[in-house]
Amino acid sequence: MNSSVIIFPGSNCDRDMAVALKKFGFKNKMVWHNDTELPKSDLVVLPGGFSYGDYLRCGSMASKSKIIDSVIKFAKSGGLLLGICNGFQILTETELLPGVLLKNKYSKFICKNVFVKINNSENKYFKNIKKNILELHIAHNEGNFFCSNDQMKEINDNNQIAVHYCSQNGEIEDSFNPNGAIKNIAGLFNKEKNILGMMPHPERMIDNYLSGEDGSIFFQNLINNLK
Amino acid sequence: MKISAIVTLKKDVLDPQGKVVQQALKGMGFDNVKEIRQGKYFEIDVDENDKKKAEKKAEEMCKKLLANLVIEDFKIIGSQ
Repeated sequence: MNSSVIIFPGSNCDRDMAVALKKFGFKNKMVWHNDTELPKSDLVVLPGGFSYGDYLRCGSMASKSKIIDSVIKFAKSGGLLLGICNGFQILTETELLPGVLLKNKYSKFICKNVFVKINNSENKYFKNIKKNILELHIAHNEGNFFCSNDQMKEINDNNQIAVHYCSQNGEIEDSFNPNGAIKNIAGLFNKEKNILGMMPHPERMIDNYLSGEDGSIFFQNLINNLK
Repeated sequence: MKISAIVTLKKDVLDPQGKVVQQALKGMGFDNVKEIRQGKYFEIDVDENDKKKAEKKAEEMCKKLLANLVIEDFKIIGSQ
């Protein structure tokens, strides 16, 4: 399986993502934002970080970079496109995903482990996953998912919510919502479910000694579904 | 020609930055501040002498990049 990780100026989770992808069997290539062609890929990843210094709005400048036309073309033809954290912000700015990630409700940069519950597993990312509550890491200042009422209706009608913030036992309540996101949304699909944007970082949870293993479950499951 | 544009958050969108600024002002003794909403101001120098054409270009820039219309409104506030 071939993967590509796009590097923007200011990306800082690109290498972690490459390490994770390789660990679970992907042949990964790093792609610079100024390139115009994507290598042959089964999965393209927009990594976390602070692309273009978060200037203007998080992800807005990256959404207009040279490589993005190829990324959009790849996703529109059904290719798997995963955006983590800043990658999720880029996906909303390109309008591949609906809504926008606002500043966290309580004006704090949040860096901690959270639990997320998988809402929809009828897709390549979560099909057959052995746990439906994952402990993952978040680190963001703008993770407060917001959208218009019309967009929310469409999200619900098409079952596009991927993961919700929840308690260790899977309760989806306000008290387990770290950033004020509507409906505790931590991750979202497009209508066709080949594009996934998520605030939590699975690539930070792939080593039992350093962090935890729920990211391993995510990546192992993903590559199994692609084989 | 220089075009000025402002981008502001829509009314029902939460503005934590504005809230913090308001709290700081309150702490400084400005008790009568009811609300602060923070926005962005752009000065766009366009190589164009026709005011209408220049404003139209700036409007397009706002729609395509400077504002995110899901959460923000924009206004061309002047040209000179």
